[in-house]
Amino acid sequence: MSQPFAKLPAWADYGLIPLVNLAVAFLVAGLVVLLVGENPLQAAALMVKGAFGSGEGIGYTLYYATNFIFTGLCVAVAFHCGLFNIGGEGQAYIGGLGVSLACLSLGDFLPWWLTFPLAILGAALAGGLWALIPAWLQARRGSHIVITTIMFNFIAASVMVYLLVGVLKPLASQAPETRVFGAGGQLPQLGWLLQLFGLQVRSAPLNVSFLLALVAAFLVWVLIWRTRLGYEIRTMGFSPRAADYAGINHTRIIVITMLISGALAGMMALNPVMGAQHRMQLDFVSGAGFVGIAVALMGRSHPAGIVLAAILFGMLYQGGAEIAFDMPNISRDMIVIIQGLVILFAGALEHMFRPAIQRLFGRIAGSDLRAAPIATGESH
Amino acid sequence: MDSYVTLVQLLDSTIRLSVPLLFACLAGLYSERSGIFDIGLEGKMLAGAFAAGTAAYITGSAVIGLLAAVLVSVLLGLVHGFASITHRGNQIVSGVAINFIAAGTTVILGQAWFRQGGRTPSLPGSARFGALQLPGAEAMRDVPVVGYLYSELISGHSVLVYLAFLMVPFTWWVLHRTRFGLRLRAVGENPAAVDTAGISVAWLRYRAVICCGVLCGLAGAYLAQAQGAGFVKDMTAGKGYIALAALIFAKWRPVNAMFACLLFGFLDALAIRMQGHPLPLIGQVPAQFMQALPYVLTVILLAGFIGKAIPPRAGGVPYVKER
Repeated sequence: MSQPFAKLPAWADYGLIPLVNLAVAFLVAGLVVLLVGENPLQAAALMVKGAFGSGEGIGYTLYYATNFIFTGLCVAVAFHCGLFNIGGEGQAYIGGLGVSLACLSLGDFLPWWLTFPLAILGAALAGGLWALIPAWLQARRGSHIVITTIMFNFIAASVMVYLLVGVLKPLASQAPETRVFGAGGQLPQLGWLLQLFGLQVRSAPLNVSFLLALVAAFLVWVLIWRTRLGYEIRTMGFSPRAADYAGINHTRIIVITMLISGALAGMMALNPVMGAQHRMQLDFVSGAGFVGIAVALMGRSHPAGIVLAAILFGMLYQGGAEIAFDMPNISRDMIVIIQGLVILFAGALEHMFRPAIQRLFGRIAGSDLRAAPIATGESH
Repeated sequence: MDSYVTLVQLLDSTIRLSVPLLFACLAGLYSERSGIFDIGLEGKMLAGAFAAGTAAYITGSAVIGLLAAVLVSVLLGLVHGFASITHRGNQIVSGVAINFIAAGTTVILGQAWFRQGGRTPSLPGSARFGALQLPGAEAMRDVPVVGYLYSELISGHSVLVYLAFLMVPFTWWVLHRTRFGLRLRAVGENPAAVDTAGISVAWLRYRAVICCGVLCGLAGAYLAQAQGAGFVKDMTAGKGYIALAALIFAKWRPVNAMFACLLFGFLDALAIRMQGHPLPLIGQVPAQFMQALPYVLTVILLAGFIGKAIPPRAGGVPYVKER
């Protein structure tokens, strides 16, 4: 480490590096678009137009973003504790059970604003409890949480298929889904919010849970950076040994963190189940739990970054669906590639560009302060 | 006699179903024994299956399909290596990324090239690895008990099936009887010691990742060219994760890996068999219960209630030469 390494200013750390990573990810995705014989620039233009070109597009973009804010927060909270929760998918799926039970039992006679808090509670409890066993196993028995949460995703899928095909399905119906909830089990749409800006939302299922997602993001910020519990979580994430010396209870922090993480994932179910389809369908999560990983990495585990990254991925989801009309070779599966590339470049290869950027900043700082001796080497 | 036939058929499908698990599980074994966790088995297998289906269809040659599968899977393995060995990135994040890249790319390319909803066109017999009749299988068929066992269970599989089971003793031999194997295991336990002995940690781990890629490619080729006749969207369907579970179940040992894969394959075969056949006393067992069983068993094992699964000590930790 002979070259001067600058400590990056915050805007570079939280703005420049994610943008560089994102740019490279899109560049590689562009190559795939070229490979299937389409024009990447045109595809990008179509995507942006599909996502933001109409009120309906914006409505859908924000609808998808709602899912990703929840799952992104879920992954981020666990990240702060040094845990990698891949189980968001399963926790969200089970969370749907909590939502459905609340809506099925109460939706017929309570108004939505009374059912909603109970459904939130149900979703958070169900999702949190699904994360509890992996958390406890990690804390007390040392089982790797990545593996256990993956296993719990599959177990959740089996449980939900069993319930939807056998138990929750109305007798007369063939489709593996619950009955449609009563009026009290349906969240009001947020179309009027966009109509204030003169936009036509038509069928876009944007609903109140979008606001809940924003509130959740704010609360996560408060939790992580403004409470004692958050301080303990971050300490654990930085250095478990330091946390031990500080007298922080290992098991307690891991279990609480995972309960919060699972609860956030579970609350994602509110949006599609209670907000859009008004019934629980098979596989309603459809990968949103995994998108959360990309969103959290992209947003650098900060709620503000996560909201932005979630909107970006919402745009990709909505725009990707629109592209398919004009470019039959490109379907929404393109998003899965982009998601993978973002995870690769913003997550696994995050150290690839950082040294070069740090060197660049170091050189700029060095030429400014040529007269004064500058700190080199192990300063960071 | 009737129940004997049923049993042999059940075991026969157990073998067929456990082969992709076995390839992937041994693949993970090489990688994880060298200290590189690999969640990306699923993705490499899927990409391999797609490459096999595409190349075998275009060239009409089974062997070229196999080679394409291995090549693509190794390339993805090298991406994993580049991220986790060279750039010391998070191995789990990298593996997850590879799974998504493979899942998306196979569908997009498959749809763009063949327009059959993400499948590759169905392969003719010459582009597949067909059933191999072992010598004497026909003649033995009429010998009571043993003859049926030989002709149904032992004979009549594709060459990849035999290769998979031969890979078990071979892997054991490589890991425990060769210099490379000793170093591979050492680098997964204590890379600093290997480094001190003047051996490159990075190059050893890269070779392990390449071995992993080759075996995942074989698993993919088996899916597309032996079990099926072409690539189907998302045809691995979580097998990579089951293989990972089997690897933990086997405590990172080759022979145990074979038994773990056979067990999980057997559960799968049983689940297929039991659909619509209620058991005595218990009644109808939901298929979902059987599907979830491998995962439940793995979680119980991980919890340390039936033996303790201790991963390679340096697993998941990037090696930093000096500070």
